[in-house]
Amino acid sequence: MYLRILLLLSALTLPAAASAETVRLAVTTSFENSGLADVLLPAIKDELGIEVQLLVVGTGQALKMAEAGDVDAALVHARPAEEAFVAAGHATHRREIMYNDFVIVGPSADPAKVGEAATAVDAMQRIDTADAVFVSRGDDSGTHKMELALWQNAGIDTATLGEAYRAVGAGMGAALNTASGLDAYILTDRPTWLTFGNKGDLVMLFSGDPVLFNPYSLLPVNPAEHPNVNAAAIVRLEDWLAGPRGKAVIEGYTFEGQPLFVHSAVAN
Amino acid sequence: MVDSIFPLSIEAAEVARRGTRLIGPINLEVGARGLTIVMGPNGSGKTSLLRMMHGLERPVRGTVRWAVPDEQARKRQAYVFQTPTMMRRDVTDSIAYALIVAGTRRADARAAARDFAAKVGLGHALDRPASVLSGGEKQKLALARALIRRPQILFLDEPCANLDGRATREIEAILTEARDTGTRIIMATHDQGQARRLADDIILLVHGNICEASPAGAFFAFPETTEARAFLNGQIVE
Amino acid sequence: MNDIVQGLAAAARLIAGLDRDLIEITLRSLQVTLSAVVIASVIGLPLGAWLAVNRFRGRRHVIALLNALMGLPPVVVGLIVYLLLSRSGPFGVMGLLFTPTAMIFAQVIIVTPLIASIAHQALRDLWAEYHDLLISLNTTRVQRITTLLWDGRRALLTACLAGFGRAIGEVGAIMIVGGNIDHATRVLTTAIALETGKGNFALALGLGFVLIGLAIAVNLAIHALSRTERSGHW
Repeated sequence: MYLRILLLLSALTLPAAASAETVRLAVTTSFENSGLADVLLPAIKDELGIEVQLLVVGTGQALKMAEAGDVDAALVHARPAEEAFVAAGHATHRREIMYNDFVIVGPSADPAKVGEAATAVDAMQRIDTADAVFVSRGDDSGTHKMELALWQNAGIDTATLGEAYRAVGAGMGAALNTASGLDAYILTDRPTWLTFGNKGDLVMLFSGDPVLFNPYSLLPVNPAEHPNVNAAAIVRLEDWLAGPRGKAVIEGYTFEGQPLFVHSAVAN
Repeated sequence: MVDSIFPLSIEAAEVARRGTRLIGPINLEVGARGLTIVMGPNGSGKTSLLRMMHGLERPVRGTVRWAVPDEQARKRQAYVFQTPTMMRRDVTDSIAYALIVAGTRRADARAAARDFAAKVGLGHALDRPASVLSGGEKQKLALARALIRRPQILFLDEPCANLDGRATREIEAILTEARDTGTRIIMATHDQGQARRLADDIILLVHGNICEASPAGAFFAFPETTEARAFLNGQIVE
Repeated sequence: MNDIVQGLAAAARLIAGLDRDLIEITLRSLQVTLSAVVIASVIGLPLGAWLAVNRFRGRRHVIALLNALMGLPPVVVGLIVYLLLSRSGPFGVMGLLFTPTAMIFAQVIIVTPLIASIAHQALRDLWAEYHDLLISLNTTRVQRITTLLWDGRRALLTACLAGFGRAIGEVGAIMIVGGNIDHATRVLTTAIALETGKGNFALALGLGFVLIGLAIAVNLAIHALSRTERSGHW
């Protein structure tokens, strides 16, 4: 009888078969939450014959994995960190592909009157003045860095916000869950917000300030540092993303009629 | 032909636990024939003596030596415990186990076990789990498991202590037959009647020492020591 | 409460519709976990038996260490395995990172102490019972271990099922070393984490109920196959 169990187990443990040309791309949770990958990856598979395996992690982890050579490239949205990364020689260059924007969401009653703010900095100052609860990513991600820059430009030290400032140290979705549960204000990227399934009483209150633009760049891992990366495939991927086909697919992706990303790559 | 493991020579042997002397010093020579009964009041050390002879207890002083190296001697002995251990198997496999660990093939061992089980009166229970047997049946199983390897010596520790008259009689019949076919038997009991029925010679233990050791007839008719006399009179010997 | 009801409904819809993605991640969950439990048992059961039977200096310390390892936080194990298998790590050349093999490896590390510890505990009691008899019968050490493993199989099966339970619900380690890659290393637990992060609670709960159902089904199947409850005695 134990022989039967053993046979059953060995049948189930046979490994899966290998696949076509594969690249591993580290992307951020904001990118994944937008749902763009669902149209992008099949198009890439069809037109380039490349299967893109996405590892969805925070910005910091994505760069760490790229530095270690565990992925072939990273797609992140944290410009200063990207430039430092290239300067350190871990990536051959950074290629801007597209951008979306950040928005501020909060409780529908809007006690801090963020909906009437003129600029993003103004909105942050109103949140401080009203002592309203604000949820921060707190995880050194691109979104988190944008949020910190806003506080800085508003002349506000987050330490002075006290109990009202909640740093969760988590991805965008998890942070939004917390904000929804606390009826708090939070900075989020537009695509994640639009596709988020647990909005609760939160509504979008502020958007449109150019400082909130959020560019995504591709960082190919330096093959000189890690010869094992599939550099040739990444070059083809980059050209496709930056070219007319990439533009068409990216800007063709809409949610409830709105495009979520703007293609901004400059052709070579 | 296998060498005889006898005689067993015990010289000035003592067994202790946590510094307390249990038995000894013991001086004894065990020959190849007969059925010896070890008797004595509770706590006199019967179990310790048997365990020491079999090698389950190491003497802290003195020696216990067989005529052949210990390795070989161990293979030719068997022991039936006061509360026999029932393995999580059926009767046939329990008896066969003794042969399998000695190197017999499983199929042959099971066949031999079935025969032996029938011989000791367990033929009706071959496929029953050992744990559901009655007290008498468990003792018979332990006996079968011990005898199936044809040991040169068999130790038993109060095998009939919890059995009724019928089971006792059946066990005694098996033991007598084993003795008659050449198996040396050393058995502890506090049942004087049983001792009278079975013994060729008697060892009386009191306080961990051999008080008297003589042929059964002589012991019962003309006990030499006061303790022996008191014991045979049914008095509590301390 | 409404979310929970919606979760049950989502689970029913996924199963009834034989959702292809669901089948894929369920099979992968089973593949990873069952492989890990089989390997962990092959290591852990004899180890537990060996510890029960042998006396050596420092034995108590080894047993205490084994019990302590049961409490290894899975996410820490995942991080360490990641660093070992990373391209920049000592075993990077094997290219095992972000594959089901890496996930199995991490889960074996997590589950083996659990199985060994439970096996040891169960067999220690059995050994106390069998001790005098097996010594009297002049058994070798290997024979003693084999006998304990066979006679104690019911308790050992419980040990394996405990290991299975731990592994099937584990998410921290396999998220890190597997990467939760769609169609490659995504399993039920990592998919639940993903959907929760997207705020899709109903779907996440639905997957959760599928996972619970799967664990129950496996337990029932194993018990049925080994007829443990019917024979009743061992």
